[in-house]
Amino acid sequence: MIGSSYNGIEMTEFLMGNRILARAAFNAGAKIMFGYPITPASEILETWIELSQKDPSLKSLQAEDEMAAGFSTIGACLAGIPAFTATAGPGNILMQDAFSMAEALRVPTVAMIMQRGGLSTSTVIYSQEEVRLTCFGGNGEGFRIVYSTASPQDLYDYTLKAFKAAWQYRFPTFILADGYQGKMKGVVKMETKRGKKDKNVVPILKQGVNLRNCYNLEEEIGEVIVNYSDEYNRVREKIEEAEEYQMKDAKVILIAHGIVAAAAKPAVDFLRKDGIPAGLFRPITLRPFPTRAFAKFLRQVEKIVIIESALGQLSELFKAELYWINVPLTEINKPAVGFTPEEIYKTISSLQ
Amino acid sequence: MREKPRFPKCYKIESKPHKFCPGCGHPLVLKMLGEAVDELGIGEKSVFLVDIGCSLLAWDYFNLPTAQTHHGRTIPVAIGFKMADSQKVVIAYVGDGGAYAIGLHHTLTSCLRNDPITTIVVNNTLYAMTGGQMAPTTVNGEKTTTSPEGKNEEAFQTLHGPEMLTGIANKNAFLARSSTDKPLVLKQYLKKALETQMDGNYALVEALSACPLNWKTDAKETIQRLQELEKVFPLGEFKR
Repeated sequence: MIGSSYNGIEMTEFLMGNRILARAAFNAGAKIMFGYPITPASEILETWIELSQKDPSLKSLQAEDEMAAGFSTIGACLAGIPAFTATAGPGNILMQDAFSMAEALRVPTVAMIMQRGGLSTSTVIYSQEEVRLTCFGGNGEGFRIVYSTASPQDLYDYTLKAFKAAWQYRFPTFILADGYQGKMKGVVKMETKRGKKDKNVVPILKQGVNLRNCYNLEEEIGEVIVNYSDEYNRVREKIEEAEEYQMKDAKVILIAHGIVAAAAKPAVDFLRKDGIPAGLFRPITLRPFPTRAFAKFLRQVEKIVIIESALGQLSELFKAELYWINVPLTEINKPAVGFTPEEIYKTISSLQ
Repeated sequence: MREKPRFPKCYKIESKPHKFCPGCGHPLVLKMLGEAVDELGIGEKSVFLVDIGCSLLAWDYFNLPTAQTHHGRTIPVAIGFKMADSQKVVIAYVGDGGAYAIGLHHTLTSCLRNDPITTIVVNNTLYAMTGGQMAPTTVNGEKTTTSPEGKNEEAFQTLHGPEMLTGIANKNAFLARSSTDKPLVLKQYLKKALETQMDGNYALVEALSACPLNWKTDAKETIQRLQELEKVFPLGEFKR
């Protein structure tokens, strides 16, 4: 888990999620944003441009498309400047070309993904259909860091962490939120000034460095992948994060991420009132998945319920990591549709 | 009296002999670029970005910070780098497929914005690395693996990059085409293009180049074909 450093005085504001993200990027030390308009993420670029009007050290570029935005982010990071982008849905698909290269060249890009509906163009509103794409959207192994946020405060806190983690570990890093979180207003505590310069932020492409991601032989690239994987596995425990709610004696474990986890929390309270020993395990990092944190509960768990606004993208991550568990597992899937605490409570009650 | 062969100072000698095919035009373009960088004394502040396709073989050609990126995306990477470090001279080295097909919108947009970067397009009228397929620059009647009957210009016009950009370029931008058949002229254009960037403006130089492997030409035919191409793609500077 990466600690966030609070340098300035905190102030509480009531802000739209997308505006929080831009302000958080500023406080994290970002200097340039590359973007392309797409609902529900557009206000991030608009807010950043507002900030850059007040601070001439900030730059922004509205690129010709998401590919250009993604690759320009890579270019700026190669020069040693914290840069970021933001997108959603079909834009996220187009940006995978850049993110895949960021994985290959170990470039610390930061991207805010405001999930809208999937398949394809779909709705401009909400889903959790971009989990698989954000975690593994390349012709590789998903050497990425993905933070799934669940509140306005998370948007702020995990943006700070994302920049820190990206430059510390040199894996492309994502803040995975959604249209609800981006467009919703909420209370957030933020520092009033930006943090100190991160010592890990240094030029990558400098004198004496020749970078490629094209290889002649199968063995050459095979070795690169194995080395990256070893490094990813070596540091993953430092990155992994999960929120545990009422988990101490929980036997019925709800697993949900993002805003669905926020809805699952009151559901746990309702279930507890009925005497059901429920708890919530919320993976905050979807990549790397907080496997070790969950493993603590293997002795006590009697039932697992995975709840998500997609058809099994979260449960796929869970199963891939914890395949040996012999515990009944129920999935509550509402692809591209949100959850209320009451319906989670009712559905789980009916399973008992 | 003996004289050692003189390589540009910015060459990375350890990576020589280079990886290009015998007779390829790339090494000539790169040699002229190396000399241009040396003569302008900008080796310390130049950054070299290369596309995929044959241009990727230059990923360790120079002792310059170099990164190989993707099909046409070299241009946005260059723009991002330049925005982050405006003191650097940033060079995007791409093929005709990268600049005029898959990355055409990046070429157009960076010209529209007068981005202070230098794009070098090596035009051999086809996709060489992938085995000689048709490109937007494939000329009328040219046979490629995907136009085996010969390209029909009635159905697909031939793209002339620098000329096309004259319609949208800033008045201070530099647009030119030379040929590997006229390397010293090419070098002058490359120098001008780098100087244009240092003055804060956009520059694109196209170098007509040869691909004997995919053209299936011997040495003599290669030169002849290059000279014929110079009639289809006029050499010179192009002004708005």
